[in-house]
Amino acid sequence: MPLRAAPVSVLTVAYLDAASTEPLHPAARDAFMAALEAGWADPARLYGTARRAQMLLDQARADVAEILGARPDEVSFTSSGTQAIHLGVLGTLQGRRRIGRRMVTGAVEHSSVLNAAAAHEREGGEVETAGVDITGRVDAGAFAAALSRPGTALACLQTANHEVGTLQPVPEAAEAAQAAGVPLLVDAAQSAGRLPVPGGWSVLTASAHKWGGPAGVGVLAIRKGTRWRSPYPEDEREHRRVPGFENVPAIVAAAAALRARAAEEAEEGPRLSALVERIRREVPRLVPDVEVIGDPVRRLAHLVTFSCLYVEGEALLTELDKSGFSISSGSSCTASTLRPSHVLEAMGVLTHGNVRVSLPRGVSESDVDRFLAVLPDVVRRIRSSLGVH
Amino acid sequence: MWRRRSGGGGTQETSPREAHEAPQAPVRAEPAADLTIDALGRKCPIPIIMLAEQINSVSLGGVVAVLADDPAAFTDIPAWCRLKSHAHVDTYELPQGGWSIHVRRNY
Repeated sequence: MPLRAAPVSVLTVAYLDAASTEPLHPAARDAFMAALEAGWADPARLYGTARRAQMLLDQARADVAEILGARPDEVSFTSSGTQAIHLGVLGTLQGRRRIGRRMVTGAVEHSSVLNAAAAHEREGGEVETAGVDITGRVDAGAFAAALSRPGTALACLQTANHEVGTLQPVPEAAEAAQAAGVPLLVDAAQSAGRLPVPGGWSVLTASAHKWGGPAGVGVLAIRKGTRWRSPYPEDEREHRRVPGFENVPAIVAAAAALRARAAEEAEEGPRLSALVERIRREVPRLVPDVEVIGDPVRRLAHLVTFSCLYVEGEALLTELDKSGFSISSGSSCTASTLRPSHVLEAMGVLTHGNVRVSLPRGVSESDVDRFLAVLPDVVRRIRSSLGVH
Repeated sequence: MWRRRSGGGGTQETSPREAHEAPQAPVRAEPAADLTIDALGRKCPIPIIMLAEQINSVSLGGVVAVLADDPAAFTDIPAWCRLKSHAHVDTYELPQGGWSIHVRRNY
């Protein structure tokens, strides 16, 4: 249906914020409904319905472990990606307390890592932050040198940045960590289900709703032999690593989504990457005074970020929302925290007028066409309202 | 301690700060500028718009000082210099909070 013929109320909204959360994968929906019927009982009990729930949980664990490159007994499910990171960071620091109290992290990690680091500092621990270049990539040499200093209990590095899509040098960091005998926590939240997880991790974290699973399921994998001690009171669940009754239907759905998404990646990844490449190329051509940021090549397939000079980020998002685009910004957090995005700040790029486009599975090319058609005028109008012509 | 890189347009790193702390610039004597733009209390992108509007009112090689206290300006003015091929000379902390960010007109 031609857009101009459609009344505003039925204007199709293009969802371009997969990096915040990927829409539920159809495979997850089916698995969830089935598991609500078959997997509601307490998997820790011994009767038939309980054993069925346990079987579903075991199968989901085996599937997730296989795809992420872990052993099933290394994988625990948490209630979110953030909880997985908090447990991964604080539990490893706790487990290696006698070895040292130093933690090394990248400057553009997810806030859950930085907040866990801040908690560690408040408890008297030391945190060293490795800086990034203008593409948002952590300096592998500096990171390696930092984690090799004596007393390092843990190093943390994301596979890919959540705001600008730049891939991080995880293989190099893993090699250095192994040589130094320091556990490396790899935060795979943005890449799990899309890219193979690099090996060499001691702790691995991920979040199901980023790959098309339901919200409320995180993954915490702890490599056999890694010292780890829960920062929480004792609990029997999830190999004693995560407290509380497992959400079996959601975990089953998460595993189904991961399997489906990983299988589709060979086709979907290059398709999304080509659309992102087009946005990267076209936006600076169509809109004056724009900087496309992040690594143009070593990046996530589905994510691109750019900043528009002389434009307020929130105004941009509001106008794009009115035009039918659900989209996010690294600068939108300014309103709530009065601080610009720590990622953009660490990179030394424009922190205002920032737009992050992240393409969900199955996004149509016409959505990207329409975005590129609408954007120049939206930016021009906002600039002109500030007296910039 | 690792420092964030500067966003300055081909200038030296003069105002390092840690990624996780409030922006800080070295406390040093501030040289005179050819033009001072008072953008204190203004939110980004307004300080940068003011700078873009007025940079041509100093002569080539002249220095504009932008007074700003929006934390975004600390990163964004050097980034603007890089994008626009002007030079971020230095950033000085103001006693009342905020910074005086010096920019040299290159063309």
